[in-house]
Amino acid sequence: MGWFEKKTEPVKIPPTKALWNVCPRCKSYIAKADWTANNCICPACNYHGRLGARQRIAQLADEGSFAEVFRAVSYSDHLDFHDATGDYKSKVEATIKKSGETESIVMGTATMGKVPVMLGVMDFAFMGGSLGTGTGERITRACEQAIAERRPLIICSASGGARMHEGILSLMQMAKTSAAIARLKEAGLPFISVLTDPTTGGVSASFAMLGDLNITEPKALIGFAGRRVIENTIHQKLPADFQSAEYLKAHGFIDKIVERKELKGFIVKMLNYFGFAV
Amino acid sequence: MATAKAKTPAKTMTAMDHVKLARDPKRPHIFDFIATICSDFEELHGDRLVNDDRGLVCGFGAIDSYKCLIMGHHKGATIEENMEANFGMANPDGYRKAMRLAKLAERFHMPIVSFVDTPGAYPGKEAEERGQAEAIAKSLEFFARLKTPVVVVVTGEGGSGGALAIAVGDRILMLENAIYSVISPEGCAGILWRDGAKAPEAAEALKITAPDLLKLGAIDEIVPEPAGGAQKNHKATGAAVKKAVVAALKELMKLPVDELIARRYDKLCAMGRFSK
Repeated sequence: MGWFEKKTEPVKIPPTKALWNVCPRCKSYIAKADWTANNCICPACNYHGRLGARQRIAQLADEGSFAEVFRAVSYSDHLDFHDATGDYKSKVEATIKKSGETESIVMGTATMGKVPVMLGVMDFAFMGGSLGTGTGERITRACEQAIAERRPLIICSASGGARMHEGILSLMQMAKTSAAIARLKEAGLPFISVLTDPTTGGVSASFAMLGDLNITEPKALIGFAGRRVIENTIHQKLPADFQSAEYLKAHGFIDKIVERKELKGFIVKMLNYFGFAV
Repeated sequence: MATAKAKTPAKTMTAMDHVKLARDPKRPHIFDFIATICSDFEELHGDRLVNDDRGLVCGFGAIDSYKCLIMGHHKGATIEENMEANFGMANPDGYRKAMRLAKLAERFHMPIVSFVDTPGAYPGKEAEERGQAEAIAKSLEFFARLKTPVVVVVTGEGGSGGALAIAVGDRILMLENAIYSVISPEGCAGILWRDGAKAPEAAEALKITAPDLLKLGAIDEIVPEPAGGAQKNHKATGAAVKKAVVAALKELMKLPVDELIARRYDKLCAMGRFSK
């Protein structure tokens, strides 16, 4: 074989996760510092990446107005759940220690544009934002407090779905939170649901889809079943934009896709339309 | 030796044994229950929007003196029916049909009897496009506040959100060998064990059998099955279900509507109650 026929393997440079962030949508390499400076939004494709609950609260609540509630309502290991990699209790305790949060949603009272609201923000970093019994209880209590104090409810979701480590009672949180949202609406209060990346499974199939207004951010993933599950069921490849915010809006399930920098202003404006203004 | 053997207690069933029984294709399905429980049945079709989903069957039926709305997942008895009904995996249109007819039942204060038997809601492209998540969510919200009694019977597989969407009610009955779970044992094993073959372990850990669910407070009552399982005797299974359903209806139809709704809400709130 002549030397000129030799084939060289293409050089693969593994991404150095310490310095670079790979946009999950357009696969661009973005320097971590730039990603953070741009509010976790991809400068190349405008994908609105994940924010921590506290970051999101800082962007939505009026400065200094957020007062956390129900912090003592945490997880419950009523199944004494163990799997191949260990037990649920140790996993969730480690998450609590690392994150400083005690459940996958941070709930509190706040003002937004001076309007008193109940504000809940889910954190995907806490057990994949999964809906546990503690999460469901916080949302249910938030609805009840919102009714008692005549506050509109705003929830920003970010979740892979129900928390299977808590078994059937995690599934039941879908029904429990939906019932609580129904009562809030009956009491004449609005529920604004912000479905952020990602909102799937049991959370999209319960309170997150029940907003009087369902709003989302560019390129957020929103859906019920996972892409691979669907592809394996129907034996077809799904379009690239399947279950994107834009796809859901086109199919009629999202009222509006709002840029992150405009999110607070938009919510306040909607509250004003509902008659909540100061 | 024979006497000694006879005295040995029957080997306790594993959770996976229950899963296998719950999925047995010979187990009574929705139309078998209708045939053994209802003296009359008229199926009613369509969501008045796009479709008549075959994975979820609805209709008016008479159970003793009660004129009811009957609804339930339909797995199908033949291959053709299986395909048409997606093996009981309902589409959003199915849940919307159930809500449409439940709203009608509410107007005439007809009680609802809901039969749950599904691997889960259908994971398909069109199902997502027509809002599977929204249909289930709306259904949960809707049945939580519906002003007529709802009796739920988990007869086979209570598969996750697709089951729960028609399982919010005032009395939750469950057949002895049925299962009800947040995720299939195979799905859970695939995620947490990284090996679908570990489903028996996952089934055990998830606590999905009727006695476990009764202890957890997720269901109210276990309906006994004939020896060997419901698939051995449809008629006896139907009779046991009918007895439990009628007893529940008798009690629930007496309740003032406001109390019915308040109790249903309290029942849901008690699922994972916290003292703090």
